[in-house]
This record gives sequence, C-alpha cells and structure tokens, in this order.
Amino acid sequence: MPAANPLLTLENLNVHFGNAKAPAVKDVSLTLHDGEVLALVGESGSDKSVTVKSIMRLIDHQGGHISAGRILLHQQNGAAPLDLVKLSQPRMRALRGAHIAMIFQDPMTSLNPVMTIGAQLLEVIQQHQPHNTDKAKATAIAMLEKVRLTDPAGRMRQYPHELSGGMRQRVMIAMALVCRPRILIADEPTTALDVTVQAEILGLIRSLQQETGMSVLFITHDMGVVAEIADRVAVMLNGRIVEQGNVLDVFDTPQHDYTRKLLESAPKFRDEHARIKAAVPDAQRTAPILAVRHLSTQFPVHSAFLRRHVANLHAVEDISFDLHPRETVAIIGESGCGKSTLAKSLLRLVPSNEGRAFLNGQDLFTLTGEELRHARRNIQMIFQDPYAALDPRMSVRQILTEPLRIRGLGQTAQGSDAALQELVAKVGLPKGTLDRYPHQFSGGQRQRICIARALVLSPKVLIADEPVSALDVAIQGQILDLLEGLKHSEDMALLFISHDMAVVERVADRILVMYRGSVVEQGPARNVLSNPAHPYTQRLLEAVPVAHPRQRFARNAASAVTAAPVYPLGMERPLARWKDLGEGHRLRLDAGLVS
Amino acid sequence: MLLYFIKRLAGAVPVLIVVSGIIFALMQLAPGDAVTMLISDEASEADKARIREAWGLDRPPFIQFLNFLGNALTGDFGMSFRYKMPVIEIVMDRLPATIELAVAATLIAVGVGVPLGVLAAARPGTAWDAIASAFSFAGISMPNFWLGILLILLFAGYFNILPSGGREPWGLGVEHVTGFLIIDSILAGRWDALGAALKHLALPAIVLGTNMTGIITQMTRAQVLDALREDFVMTARSKGVSEARVLWRHAFRNAMVGVVTIIGLEFGTLLSGAMIVETVFAWPGIGSLLITGISSRDFPLIIGLVLVYTGMFIVMNLLIDLFYTLIDPRIRMN
Repeated sequence: MPAANPLLTLENLNVHFGNAKAPAVKDVSLTLHDGEVLALVGESGSDKSVTVKSIMRLIDHQGGHISAGRILLHQQNGAAPLDLVKLSQPRMRALRGAHIAMIFQDPMTSLNPVMTIGAQLLEVIQQHQPHNTDKAKATAIAMLEKVRLTDPAGRMRQYPHELSGGMRQRVMIAMALVCRPRILIADEPTTALDVTVQAEILGLIRSLQQETGMSVLFITHDMGVVAEIADRVAVMLNGRIVEQGNVLDVFDTPQHDYTRKLLESAPKFRDEHARIKAAVPDAQRTAPILAVRHLSTQFPVHSAFLRRHVANLHAVEDISFDLHPRETVAIIGESGCGKSTLAKSLLRLVPSNEGRAFLNGQDLFTLTGEELRHARRNIQMIFQDPYAALDPRMSVRQILTEPLRIRGLGQTAQGSDAALQELVAKVGLPKGTLDRYPHQFSGGQRQRICIARALVLSPKVLIADEPVSALDVAIQGQILDLLEGLKHSEDMALLFISHDMAVVERVADRILVMYRGSVVEQGPARNVLSNPAHPYTQRLLEAVPVAHPRQRFARNAASAVTAAPVYPLGMERPLARWKDLGEGHRLRLDAGLVS
Repeated sequence: MLLYFIKRLAGAVPVLIVVSGIIFALMQLAPGDAVTMLISDEASEADKARIREAWGLDRPPFIQFLNFLGNALTGDFGMSFRYKMPVIEIVMDRLPATIELAVAATLIAVGVGVPLGVLAAARPGTAWDAIASAFSFAGISMPNFWLGILLILLFAGYFNILPSGGREPWGLGVEHVTGFLIIDSILAGRWDALGAALKHLALPAIVLGTNMTGIITQMTRAQVLDALREDFVMTARSKGVSEARVLWRHAFRNAMVGVVTIIGLEFGTLLSGAMIVETVFAWPGIGSLLITGISSRDFPLIIGLVLVYTGMFIVMNLLIDLFYTLIDPRIRMN
C-alpha cells in the first residue's frame, strides 16, 4: 500500500436526526489516506450513506446534525487540518465540488432534467474557478472526454434524458472530478446499473483514481464490488464500524462475525463449490411442456411529428426454444434486451406479431375466450418487486383466492381453507398467514405469497421475472431453494429471467442469452457458463465482479454501445443460422455482434 | 412549430361548436325569451309574435342553432337584440378591457404568489412559511365581491387615493388604437393618461388576482418542496452551489411545470371571477356585458360572449403548452 498520509479523518463521529435520542451514526472513526480507495461496506440501513453525507455536511439539509466528533480534512501545505464539523455552510460550499466531490446511486435522478449536461458541468467549474466561459467550456469538454464519452462537445448540448444510465453516471463522474478534488465520495455508484455497465464504471473510477492520485471513499453493499475496487475496507453495522483493514486481510481473515456473514452470503459466481447442472441428454427427455417457435414481438415507433408509424422496435425477434417438465430455462441479458417482453408475450399480455407457443400441445396464440382462460391457468408468473405485486388492501386469503374466483373456482376444493393452509405451508409461510395483510410481511415472505398465488392454479409453467433481484442476498438463496423444491413437488417447469449470473448459475439447467431482442447463444448451463461462445455472452460473464481481490483484473473503462433494435418498416431480418457446439450448445452466427 | 399551433387552433373549432350547442340548449331550457324581457308588457300578443318572427325566435330551436352556426362560420354572430348592433362589434369594443384586467390580475398573482411560495418552501416550518400560508389561505377564501367593496370603501372612500370604479376618467381624450388603455396611452405618449389608467386598474386587478395569488402560493410551495427533495438537488449542493442557486436554478425550474399548469387551470376561474369584479367596479368589460345579456335573454350576445370566453381559455392553455416545452426539454410538442 502507498505511503499512509491521512487525508481525511473521522474521529468519534455521531450523527443525530431531529430529536431522536439514539444517534444514527455512532462513534465512527475512519481514516482515508492519500491515493487509496476505501470501501465502506454494509447492508441497507447501516447508515453508510448518512456517514458520508455528514462529511459533505449535506446531512444538515436532511434534518440531521453532527452531535459529536470531528471530521478533519488534512491540508497539503502543512497547515493545521480543517474540522469540517465546525465550518460554516459558505466555507463548506467552497470545499464541496472543489476538494471533496460526490457521486450518487441513481444516475437517472441525480442530474437536473431541465439543464443541459454542459450547463451542469459549467456550473461547478464557474463556482470554484474564476475561468472565462471559453476556458471553462474547454475544461468541461476535456473532462467529458476523460470519462470516455463519445462526442463530448455534442454531449454538452444534450439533456440528461437523452443519455443512457451508464452515460449519465459518466457525466456525474465528470462533474465530480472536473475541479480535480482530492477526495471522491462514491455512494453506491453502480448499484442501479446493469452488470456490464457496472464493470465499465468501476474500471473508469479505478483508472481515473490512478491517473489523478485522488482518494476514493466508496460506499457499497456488494462484496463483489469491494473485491473489485478497494484497497482498504471498513465494515459498518447499525451505524458503527465493526471492522476495518486491508482488503486482502478482510477477505482472507475476517475478524467480525458480521463481515464473515457478508462474505458468505455474497453471491459467488464461478465458485469452485458451485454445482452447475450438467446437460440432460436428449434421449432422457420427455416431450416439452412449452415449445416456442419463431416468436416475434414488435412495438411501433412513432415520429414526433403527426405520430406517424416510422419504424418498429424488434423487442423479441425470432425466438425458439423448448421447456421440458421440471426443467429451468434461464433467460439472461441486460435491461432492454427483451427478456421481459418475451415473458409478457407468452402470457399474451402484449400482442405478438409472429410465432407459435405450444403449451401442452395447444397453441397459445390461436386460443380465444374460454380456451385461452383455461390455458392461462397452466402458465403463471411472478415478478421482481414483491412490494408492488401485492394489493395492500387485500388479505393473503383474498390474494390467493382471487385467481380462483376469476375462473369461477372459488367454491371448489382448491379454495377451501384446508387447501389454502396447505399451500401456505408449502411455500414456507407461518400459520395464521391467511388473514394477515401484505405489509405485515418482509420482502422475502411477500415473494413467497406471490409464489403461492401463482401456484394456486397448479400451473405447468412458472415464469419468474427477476424474482430475487429486489431481495437481500441472504433471502435470495431461500427463495431460489423454494423454487427448486416446488419445481419437483409440483411438477412444474421454470422459465427464469435474470441478469444476475450468480443466481443463474445456481438455478439454470439451460440458458438462453438474449441480446437486442434475439437469442445469440443457447445451451446447457454448464456449457454456456464455462465456454461462452458469443462475444456478448463473454462480455456479460466477464462483467461479473470477482469474488476475491486477488482475482482482480484490469477492466476496460470504455463503454460498449448497445443500440435499441429499431428497424425501418418492412425490414426483414434474415432467419437465424446456428452453429452447433455440441451437447445442444448453439451459437448464433449472424446476429449483430458486439462492437 | 407553426403547424402545431395551426393544428391546435383547428382542434378548437369542434370545442367551440359543442360549447355553443350546450349554451343554446341551456337557453332553450331557461324560462322566457328576449321578447318577454325586452318588450313592454303592454304590447299586444300580435306585436310580440311579429317581433319573434323578425328575430327568428319562432323557428324550431334546432333550425335556429343551425342558422347560427352557418352564420358564425362566416364571422357573423348576429345582431344583439338589446343593443341593436352586431354582436361582434360590441364584443370587440369591450374585450380589451377584460383582457387588460385579466392579464393584470394574472401578473399580480404570479408576481406575488411565486416568490412567496418559493420563500415558504425554502424555509418550511418558519414564521415566513406561516405568514405565506396565512396570506394564501386568506386569499383563497376571500369572496372577491366582498374584498372589492371593502377596498373601494378603504381606498376610494376613506383615503380617497384611488377611483372607485370605471376604466378612465371622463374626457381623457386618448385615441383608442388597440383598445388596451395602457398601450394606447404609451403610444400617444400621454403619461398622465397612463397614470390614470393604472390607478383605475389597480383595485380591480388586485381583487381579481387575490384568489389566484393564494392558489399559486400554495402550489409553488408544494412543488418547490417536492423538487428540493429530489436527488439532483443533493447533487447541486455537493457541487458547492449556493443555496439561492439551488433554490431558483435547480428546484424552482423543475417546479415550474406544476406552477404553470395551475396558472392555466386557474385562468378559467379568473375569467368567471372577472364578471363579478367588473360589475363591482363598473369595469366596461365583457363580464358585465354578459350579465346584462343574460338578464335580457339576448341570445346572440350570450353565445358570442361565451364563445369568446371559451376561446380565451383555449388560447391561454395553448400558451401554457408552449411554455412547457420551453421549461422542460422532456416535453415535446405532440
């Protein structure tokens, strides 16, 4: 580690909110050294964010105040350190953005939507450096180039909504670093991003840190991200620092139970103990329960003027696959790749343009009325956010019997108290669940209620759209185990949509990789994960944060462009050509390759 | 852009037709007609029938309506029964007074309400906030005829510094070019006339704007408070931007969409309030004209005036939509 000159020291910091008796941040002492990346780790609710907002004294605007302790900013010229706790807001303002800068979690909401990127960058330059406008503009454009944005001069005139999430986070970083601060505070800067974009942003922060020699205080809940970026780690639990040390020491010999728990529950991709399921030879298979053939779903794109239909967004393009009983097929890909549209098309929640989907031999797309309603019983779905998926004004009993009532089955045996109790027990919910309301349950329990609701009609196929990504890591495992068990006990097949490779590795029998609406690679989970053939699959797998700091490698900070699959009207895409790599592992040859 | 405006204005034509249909139907339902209201009771039934025939009131209502529509499309809104003049002339003569009053009231409401709301939002829970709230609720709950009479008593009666009514003193002699007294005075270089016009305008405009001021204050406060909780405000503060800039440049600019929306909606309320205020202050606008028209069952005049009101509301909201695109780049004209 570099010479340990302290740059910022927190001494016994306590932060209170309003008139609350107990402090939110308790007795936190922390040192950030010159040129290091210090990760502050902890689960949601551990008040990491409060701690760093206290350093910036931004907490003053959120009803908090520092009740005890010091925050010392050490000066380069050997002068006595500044105690930020005692500084007036105007003096603090001169430091913010110039000496200490900050980037935030959600790049979609952290930029002012009504100001151009240029205006927001110039604002911070002109606040701290008495430049003339031309010089400030040149500085801003140079900075945008530094964060690897294409066409930096053109970006200056754009508004935030014209940029993707990853690009906006780059703009945030440019804004934070344009006045060359000595300290960058990054508050979960990659949590809201896709895994490939996360990898790019982590690479970018790393390389800018090395270029400028600044210190980074990096807040995260993800031990994988810590392994990627940190020199030192401080672990926070309930507003206290419970352990801090060198990143290798913390990963190799964690001292505190909580650190150990964090490390254990962290999703481990390509862990040596992981059991990736082997391919099932075709001979042993029964007939598919769901067979999808050449499914395409397009959305019309209208012009701004007169709303003419000018193009089509090919959200799902010529997708074919089989789903066998008791099998899990995982669909992986980034947001916007069409995986959720595929699921909605199968449920006929969005109309499809072409293709067939045979459920038990019946084509879902030709059914109407009563037949469709009947067929739909056999294909059910659970969603990502268990908080939004349940009506807060309905009791669990009402929630579970609603699908039955809709189908006129309310009075049958399935709706009886005994059957419901059995169902509730099956998904691992406590007795007495039926007459309680969703808000009385935790996130994991709510997802169990959603699963029970899907099971009440005894479906043959369960579509799970990112079913665990809104849950804490420890809970994720339990829900995945539950789904795996139900697959066998209920004789269901599972179509599992996810962007999380560690989760997919754990559940998938087979994998479909979706990129810009098309499947570019498919095959048994083991083959796809260990020998990814398509460049996009490779990029997706490489982007997964490493499990241990020793496995770190230099990441490319430039972004790969993924344009939405919008094509002019009447455009015929050529039929898919596949290369067989053995054991059912197939690579698409003609789909748009990653640049 | 220009095309968009033409499209929007063309879209207003069906609205105007439907509105005139509704007014027509309502007038048929109301008891009495222009003949019973305007002609002496002593006139013989034969005379009344003759007049009804002359005014076309003897024909079936639906035919009357179609006649009206046909004429209206050529710009002929008929003759006023009471004034014996073309409706369009009477309306055009008095419309500027109402527009002048409505614009002045809106400017007062925006000029007072917006800063007050922003100030309250910047210091929530303080005395400033409490004063702004008290002021705005008083404004919202004050009936404007009552406030008008009160202010006339105070400023015209007790202090005697402002006129109690009317639009200009007799014999001012400023040529009516645009019909807007303030603009005409400036065009003529008559500063004394301008002062007189402003003095006459002050009380009615304040009274008319009071209600809107209160609503804009509340709306601005709520919108700015919401905006101040947004993530980008935190970003701005983390850049070291001053609080005043955070408030106006970041929070207020984002709050403006909501504030402008409420101005557009409240403009309708303001126009109906103008009828009362014009009556209280003897302001020669179309509001007092409409009340006269209604009491004499002057059908052509009533329909013409209601259409003018509808048109003003449509134009105001078109302007609001245009304004949206200026303040928020995410809103496009379609």
